[in-house]
Amino acid sequence: MSIYSSLNSISEELNKCMKCGNCQAVCPIYKETRKEVGSARGKITLIETLLSGELEMTEGLADRLSLCTTCMACTANCSCGVRFDKIILAARAEAVRQEGLHPIKKIAFTALKMNRLFDLGMKFGSAFQGLAMKRIKGSDKGARLRFDFGLGNKVLPNLARKPLKDELPEVITVKNPKMRVAFYIGCVTNYFYTDMGRAVVEVLTENGCEVIVPKDQGCCGTPASVNGDVKSAQASARLNLLAFEKTGADAIVSNCSSCGESWKHVFPQLFDDDPEMKALADKWAAKTYDISEFLIHKVPFKREGLGRVERKVTYHDPCHLNRGQGINQEPREILKAIPGVELIEMKEPGRCCGMAGSFMLVHPDLSAQISDKKIADIAQTHTDTVVTGCPACRLQLASGVENAGLQEDVVHTIQLLAESYKVGKKSISAAAR
Amino acid sequence: MLKPEALRELIQVLGQENVLSEKEDLMTYAYDATAAMKRVLPDVVVSPANTEHVIEIVKIANKYQIPIYPRGSGTNLSGGTIPVDNGIVMSMLNMNKILEVDDENLTASVQPGVIIQDLNDAGLQHGLFYPPDPGTVTTATMGGSVSESSGGLRGLKYGVTKQYVMGMKLVRANGDVIKWGGKTVKNVSGYDLTALFTGAEGTLGIITEILVKLIPEPEAKKSILGVFDDIDKAGNAISAIIRHKVIPATLEIMDNMTIRTVENFAHAGLPVDAEAILLCEVDGYKEAVEREATLVERILAEEGATEVKLAKDDKERDQIWFARRNALPALAQLKPTTVLEDATVPRSKIPDMLKAIRQIATKYNLTIGTFGHAGDGNLHPTILTDVRDTEEMVRVEQAVEEIFQVAISLGGTLSGEHGIGMAKAKFLPLEFGEAGVKLLRDIKEAMDPNYILNPGKMVRRD
Repeated sequence: MSIYSSLNSISEELNKCMKCGNCQAVCPIYKETRKEVGSARGKITLIETLLSGELEMTEGLADRLSLCTTCMACTANCSCGVRFDKIILAARAEAVRQEGLHPIKKIAFTALKMNRLFDLGMKFGSAFQGLAMKRIKGSDKGARLRFDFGLGNKVLPNLARKPLKDELPEVITVKNPKMRVAFYIGCVTNYFYTDMGRAVVEVLTENGCEVIVPKDQGCCGTPASVNGDVKSAQASARLNLLAFEKTGADAIVSNCSSCGESWKHVFPQLFDDDPEMKALADKWAAKTYDISEFLIHKVPFKREGLGRVERKVTYHDPCHLNRGQGINQEPREILKAIPGVELIEMKEPGRCCGMAGSFMLVHPDLSAQISDKKIADIAQTHTDTVVTGCPACRLQLASGVENAGLQEDVVHTIQLLAESYKVGKKSISAAAR
Repeated sequence: MLKPEALRELIQVLGQENVLSEKEDLMTYAYDATAAMKRVLPDVVVSPANTEHVIEIVKIANKYQIPIYPRGSGTNLSGGTIPVDNGIVMSMLNMNKILEVDDENLTASVQPGVIIQDLNDAGLQHGLFYPPDPGTVTTATMGGSVSESSGGLRGLKYGVTKQYVMGMKLVRANGDVIKWGGKTVKNVSGYDLTALFTGAEGTLGIITEILVKLIPEPEAKKSILGVFDDIDKAGNAISAIIRHKVIPATLEIMDNMTIRTVENFAHAGLPVDAEAILLCEVDGYKEAVEREATLVERILAEEGATEVKLAKDDKERDQIWFARRNALPALAQLKPTTVLEDATVPRSKIPDMLKAIRQIATKYNLTIGTFGHAGDGNLHPTILTDVRDTEEMVRVEQAVEEIFQVAISLGGTLSGEHGIGMAKAKFLPLEFGEAGVKLLRDIKEAMDPNYILNPGKMVRRD
C-alpha cells in the first residue's frame, strides 16, 4: 500500500506519536506562528481525528495541511521515530482525492505536467519578463515584480534567455570517458540558473565523465507530489524514467536537492502499486547521485589543478539534501578542498530557508519570516558568499540577502569548484607564457 | 457553547488573528502530552500579547461565566492544560520576551511564553544558567514550568523550579493585577505568594511575568556510569553516594527493560545485560569535580558495580545523556499507550520503592519500565499498555493506585514534578486527607470563587 494511494498506509506512523511535543522545538512554521496546528503534533491529531471520523476533510483542513515545508526536521528530531514526512504527503494526497487542489497550485502543476506547454510558457516569459518584472539596477541579481501578486517584496531571478536543455548538446563527449553520466536538469536550473547547470557539466567533463542531456526530460514532479497531486506526480515520474532509460547511462546526476530526493525516494514510492514502473524506478533510484555525493563517492574529483578562490563562505544545508538524502559532509569536503575558500559555519545551517517550492506561493509571508531568521544567521557569519546545494534554496536566499542589503553572492557548491578549476587552468597557461 | 457576543468581544480585544474558533484549530488544543486522556475541544483559543489583554480576557470570561484554561506548549504530563468542559484556552506563547538578564543581581525577568532553553541560552551569554531542566526543556514554557513547578535531571543538587522563582506579575480571577517579590535575596514581606502561585497549575491566577534566580555556570562536569547485575545493589549505591556527602548534579537510574529499549534506539553503548545502571554527573570547580568523580567511582565499585566507566570526552558524555533523555520516548515505542508516573519517595527509600514497583508489576501482570531521578527519590515507573485493551486498563489503574499508596506509606508524594492536574486529582486525599483537600479547596475558592481559572484541575468543586 502506497502512502500516495491510501491514508490507512500511515496509521502505524500515527500510532507511534505520543504527543510529547518535541517537534515544536525544530519546526520552522511553529516557531513563527506559535500555533499548535503548525507543529507535527497538531497535524497528526488532525489526521487521526480525520481517520476516526471526528473531523471531516474540509477546505479548512486542507488549508491546515498546507502548513508544512516538508523540511523533515521534526522527523529527524522525533525520538519516537514518527515519519511525519510520510504522514504529511499521505494526508495531502487524501485531501486532493477528496477536496481537489488549492487553486494557485492547480494552475502551476497543470502547466508543469504539460511539459511542452510549460516550456513554451517559460520561453515566452523570458522574452517578455520585463513587462511584469523590474530588473534590479546594475546587477544580475534578478528582478522584482512590478505588480503585487501577493508575493511581497520577492526578488525573483531573471529567466534565462534560452533554457539550459536547449543550450546544451545532447551528448558532451570526453576522451576515454570514465563513466557516462546523464544530467537531470531541474526546472529552476533549466529556466533560471543556467550558470549552475553549466558548472555541473564543466566539472563532470573536467573529471573525465561523458555527459548526456536527454532532451525529453521534464519537471521531476516534486511540486505535485508534495501537494498530494499524485496523478501529476506519477505522470512526471513516468516521463522522466522513460527518457533516462533510453540513455543507458551509468548514473544520473542532479544538482537540485528536491529533484535528487524525487529520483531516489519519491519515484519508487509513487509506483508502489505498479510493479513494472516500480522496478524501473528502483533501478534508477540506485543510480542517482547528488553532484557533491557523486564527486566524493563515485568519481572522486581531481584535487590537482584547483586554482585559488578567495572567498569567505558559509554553507546552507538544503533540507532534502541533508535530511532527505543524508548528504551534508560531501559539499563541505568539496568547499574545504578549494584553495582560498574559508568556510565559516552559520548558527543552524540545517534549518529550512522557507522556500519549500510552492509553499512560497501559497504562504508568502510565512515563507519570508522563516527566511528572515536564516538571513540573520547568515549576516552574523560576515562572509561574502552563501553556498548551498539546491537551486530553490538559492532562489530564496538570493532574494533574502538582496532585501536585507547584504553583499553576498549566493551560489551552488559546484559553481565554486568550477570556478576553481578555471582559475587553475588560467594560472597554468599564464605560467606557460 | 460560547455566546456570539463573547466571541465578538474577544476578537475586539485581540484581533481576529489571535482568536481561533474553527474546529480544525480547536482540535489541536484538545490535548496535551498526557497519555490516555479524553480529547475535549475548547470553544475558542485566544493568544494575548500583554498583561492588559489578559485582564480584558478575564473580564469577558467573568461576564459570560466561561472558564479559562491557560496553556504554554502543552507538554505537561498530568492533563493540566486539557479543557474539562468547553471554555477559553489562553495560549501564552505570544508573550515570549526575555525582559532582562541582570548579571549583577543574578536574576532574569521573563514573560510566561519564553521557552526554558531560550532563557538558558540568554543566561549563558553572561556565564549564568537556570538549573531546572525538565525533559521538555527545548519546548516547555517558563509559565508552564513555574505553574507545574517542574523538576528534571538536576533536582538532586539544584532543586526544582520553586527554588528559583523570586517574584511574579499575575492577573487574578477578578481581573486585578498584582506584582510582588523582587531581586533581593531576602524578602519576608507578607504571605509567601511565590510559594502559593508556583505549582498552582493555573488554578489561582494567570502569570504574566516571572522573576527568576540564575546561578553561575559550573566550570567543569564529569559523567560516570555504574553497571549492576542486581537492581537492589544499584539502589543501595545511590544511598551510599549521598551518605558519603557527595551531591551529584544528576544521579539517574535505568532498569534492564529501559536499558535494552533505549540502547536499541540510541546506540550509546549501554550494557544491555545489566539489571540496572546508574548515571551520575558531578559538576563544579575543576578540582572539586576531580575529587568527587574519583569518590563516586570508588563508592560504585564498593557497592558491587560490575563495571564503572568514566565518560572520556564530551562525545561519550553527550551520548549517555542523549540515551537517558530518550528513555521515555523509546519505551513508548513498545506499546501504543505509555502511562508515566512520578511518585517520589525520600531518597533513602529508593531501594524499597524499586522493589515495590517490581512486585506490583508481577502482581498485576503488567510491563513496567523504571527509570528516573533516583538521586532525588523521583522515579518514573512507566507502564506500557494499550488504551484499547479495557481489561488491562483496569489492572493499570489498580497498579497506579498501589504505586501511589506505597509511595505515600514510605513518606513520599503522589507527584514529584508532573503536577496533579486531572490525572491525579482523585488521589489527593491519600496524601492530604479529606481535611487537607478541603483546605486546598478553600484556598481555591478564596481566590477564584466562580471556578473561572483552569477548573477541574488539582481540586474539584464539591
